[in-house]
Parts: sequence; structure tokens; C-alpha cells
Amino acid sequence: MFYHALQIDEPRCIGCSRCMKTCPTEAIRIHGGKAFIQEHRCIDCGKCYEVCPVQAITIKDDDFEAIHRYSHSVALLPAVFMGQFPDDVSVSRVYASLQELGFAHVMEVESAAGIFRDAKDRYAREHPDVRPLISSFCPAIVRLIQIKYPSLSENVMPIKVPLDLCAMYIVEELKNRGIPREEIGLFYITPCAAKVSAVKAPVGEEQSIIDGVINMNLLFNRVYKHIKDQGKHHQYKPLNRQRLSADAVLSTLTNGERRMCSAKRSYAIDGIENVMDFLDKLENDEVEGIEFLELRACDQSCAGALLSVDNRFLCGERMYTRARKAAERERNGEMARDREMERYKDCLIEHSLVDEVQPRSMMVLDENIAKALEKMEKIENMKAHLPQIDCGVCGAPTCEAFATDVVCGQANLHCCVFYRLHLESKGKMTLGEGRTNMYSVWGDDRIVGEIEV
Amino acid sequence: MHQEYTVIEGDFVNAGKASSSVKKTLKQLNVNPQVLKRVVVALYEAEVNAIAHAYGGKVLVDIDADKIKMVVADKGPGIPDIAWAMEEGHSTARPEVRDMGFGAGMGLPNMQKNVDKLNVTSEVGVGTTVEMEVNFH
Repeated sequence: MFYHALQIDEPRCIGCSRCMKTCPTEAIRIHGGKAFIQEHRCIDCGKCYEVCPVQAITIKDDDFEAIHRYSHSVALLPAVFMGQFPDDVSVSRVYASLQELGFAHVMEVESAAGIFRDAKDRYAREHPDVRPLISSFCPAIVRLIQIKYPSLSENVMPIKVPLDLCAMYIVEELKNRGIPREEIGLFYITPCAAKVSAVKAPVGEEQSIIDGVINMNLLFNRVYKHIKDQGKHHQYKPLNRQRLSADAVLSTLTNGERRMCSAKRSYAIDGIENVMDFLDKLENDEVEGIEFLELRACDQSCAGALLSVDNRFLCGERMYTRARKAAERERNGEMARDREMERYKDCLIEHSLVDEVQPRSMMVLDENIAKALEKMEKIENMKAHLPQIDCGVCGAPTCEAFATDVVCGQANLHCCVFYRLHLESKGKMTLGEGRTNMYSVWGDDRIVGEIEV
Repeated sequence: MHQEYTVIEGDFVNAGKASSSVKKTLKQLNVNPQVLKRVVVALYEAEVNAIAHAYGGKVLVDIDADKIKMVVADKGPGIPDIAWAMEEGHSTARPEVRDMGFGAGMGLPNMQKNVDKLNVTSEVGVGTTVEMEVNFH
């Protein structure tokens, strides 16, 4: 029903339940000794991916070889990709390597950061009654708002992100050079799972313009190995590339959009827990007078993205260094600022709007209020009898989530270890029945023999 | 469904606990997001009133399939002239409360704006009761 890019590799999953306990939207349950993702609750933030001890959580992506299907394959890179490489690997070397590996064109999506800002500014001017406006940049945040903060859906600006704007630009540019669309393959090098979903199942659009998504980790390995194989003194042919402005380099980091926007009062918040904390307040109207919010699911924004190879702070620092150099070039007038894309600016802004973000609350107990009320009373009543220690032995992250699952017919009350012990002690359940319930959640290979102490 | 919350005088740290809890309930009930917003804004305002201007009190919430009823009953000091207090900018807040940034006289008018039914009764020296109703449909 709902697309999500994070997948559990069942044979590899050991059912340790770390993912279940860390998931900010309580989207994971354990059944038969394996973790399962409830698709309507998953926002692809990737917290589960980070804590999995056996790499059983994977991200759906496309095969690298797919780029060879097009005579004009385009690598659309996030600026954080460059931030992964050690200082002695230059940006132009990475660009050249990508071309040697088979891409006909290489472009950093932040080239469109300025146009993205202009599109947001225009939207803000045209919608003076909607405040605060929330950036559409981070797809995990857009989904979080849809499922958990439905009343804030209308605050999300329905605007295409730099990736899409950049893709639109390159298609136009190549078409003008006489290359038909079907020969152009647009490949996004993704730093996270949420951006895969944004391409495969975009919010506010029927279909994405992007043809494929390549895992940033995998591409990093390929490029870095390629560079290592060639050795330090390899003579490469530098590409004629568009240089990013300092603003553009920084735009994916925390405060990157905020520092570019003209709003008087704005906040930049990173880390999904911090964002949820803030949105709770915002929904109550506890904070007023805010014009713009830059919200990012990852700590340190995209420098801390799931598929960031290096430490988020090391990556962030490299990007700051790059931005400082770009700023210097700008000051010296050495940089033709976005001139190429500038020609398409009006057209891109004109086509930057998508459909409004629609709420799809994950919390609804029943479409019918009377029935939902009935279920809620049952949940409250059941909760009062549960131990309230959120031990997770039932296979749900909290007693409340478990009670909700039971009332909605998705879990068996006998899976609560405390309730089971109560029934067993009253003679209402045999040990064998209890064990069967335990196995149903955790599998039958977890109970060990006697332990000598 | 019935819910009760206690509000303690001067406990600004916990302001919004009742409205947050009600918010979660209404989300589970599939109440329209815009209706939900009105409920939460009005209740938060009433809750803060009881914390800032009164000596604490109780929040009673009753929900059925058609509407939510909220009663915020505080203990003193009471409002001498309710009609006057309902006007924007009119406030009976004590000076020390105004110093904290409350008492702009927007509380009651803001509640009025967001609910379908509002009834305020008050007795000086005893307390104020704010009854609010919001229809779901």
C-alpha cells in the first residue's frame, strides 16, 4: 500500500529487537523471531538501519549497471558525496572518475539550490496566510508530518527539491542539444533511504523524473577503488563542470536553507527526535510568529545521512572547507554564478510546484469515530492491566502499542509474558501453551538449556 | 470517553500536557486535522489561563462520536466582568503574571474563535469555569 525503501533481509535478521525499540514511529514488530516493518508507519528515516547489528536492514536501490542502458546517463550527486573523500581527492578527480566509470554527464544536485530558494520565496509571497512554512527538502520529514502531524500537512511547501529541479534542467539542456529523452538516464546517487522513496513514490506527484537510484556507499567504493587503482599520478581529463557556490555546498547541511532564506524568524532543526519535539509544540500553537522551518531527519542533516561513509562531522568539515574556497572564488569574481542554469530559472520555477501534501495519519484506530472510540476504551482498559514497563517481550515496542495491536486484531494478548504468567499461575494456561506463544514471537530456538553458574 | 487532568498553579513547565494528550486521542479517532487544531489551540489557551491567572484547577474532557466537551474549572480569583474580559485586549491578569509575558487579553477571545460553543461562568474569590464544545462534523 505505502512504499518504503527500507527492507528487512529475513534470513539475516536475528530478531534482536533493537530496531523495534529505536523506531521513532513505532513501525516495527517481532514475529516468529524476525523483525517486520508496518509499511503505513515507516517514514524511511533509517534509525533501524543504524542500530542493526547484523546489517539485516537494506535499502532498495537500482543496479549500477543500469546506467549502461542509456547513451546519456547522468550522475546526479548530492554534495555530501564529495564530503566522503579524503582531502587529497579533488572534486574534479571524482567527476572525472565517474565519467571513466560510464556516466556521460555528472552534476551535483545542489546546483539548483538557488532556484529552490527562489521557488520557496515565491511560494511564501503567494501564500501569506500559511505560516510557518516547512521545507519539503527532507522526504523523511514530509512523511513524518503526513502520518504523525496531519494538521501540519498544509504547512509543507509543495515544491520540488533541488534534485528534481536539477534533473529537469539537465533534461532540457540535453534535449536542446538534440538528445531525445529516452536516451537520457537520470541516476540519483542517494545518501539515504528516504530519498529512494521520494524517487520511487513521490509525494504530490504521479511519477518522478529520475530513472534510477544508486546507493552512495556502493558508488563511493567503486569510485575510490578506481582512483586508488589509477594511483596518485594518473593524468585525468578534467570535465568542464559547473562549480557550486558556497551557499549551494552548505545547503544540505543544518542551517543551509535557513541561512539562504529571507524569513524573519526561522529555525533549523536536525535529528528526528528534536523535530518531533518541536512539531508537538507547533501543533499546539505553543510557538508563534515563525515564518520558516528547515527540518531534517538526520543529526547534522545530510552529512549524517545513513549512507554517509565517513563520520558526520568529518564530512561536514570538508564541506565547510569547500564552501570557504568557493566563497573566496566568488569574492575574487572567479566564479560564473550558476550562469548555465540561470537561463532556465524562470521555466524551472514555473514548474516547481507539486500537489499539496496530504495527511495520511498512522494513528487512526478506525475510520468511524464511534468505532474508534470503542476501540480506544478497550485499549485504555487493557493498558491498565499491562505491566507498563515496555519490555518488548510481546514483540511490540511498548505496552500501549501492544494493547493497540491486540484491539485491532494484530496481536495475541497471550504474548504478554506477565499476563501469561498470571494465567499459568491460575491454572488457566499450561506451560506448553505459554511456550507456544513465546515461540510465536521469538521463534523456537531461543530457549537455551540449563546454565551452570 | 472521559479524561481528567489536574493543572497546578504556576506550573508552566507542564503547560500543554492536557492538550497534548487530547490531541493524541483525537488523532486516533480520525478527527479532521483542522478541527483537531482548533480543539488543541482552545484547550491549550484555557490550560495556560488556569496555570497563569488562577490557582490551578481541573480539566475534564468528554468525547463522543460527534463532539468534544472540555471543562476547565479553576480555583479563584474569578473574573468580575466576563463580558468585558471577552473583548480582545482586556485582561484581569495580575502584574507579576503580565511580567512573564501573559495577560495580553487574547485568551478568551482566542478560545471563542476556535470552539463552537463557549460558556464562561465565574464567581470572584471562588473560581472560573470555562466550558467549551467543538463539533467533529
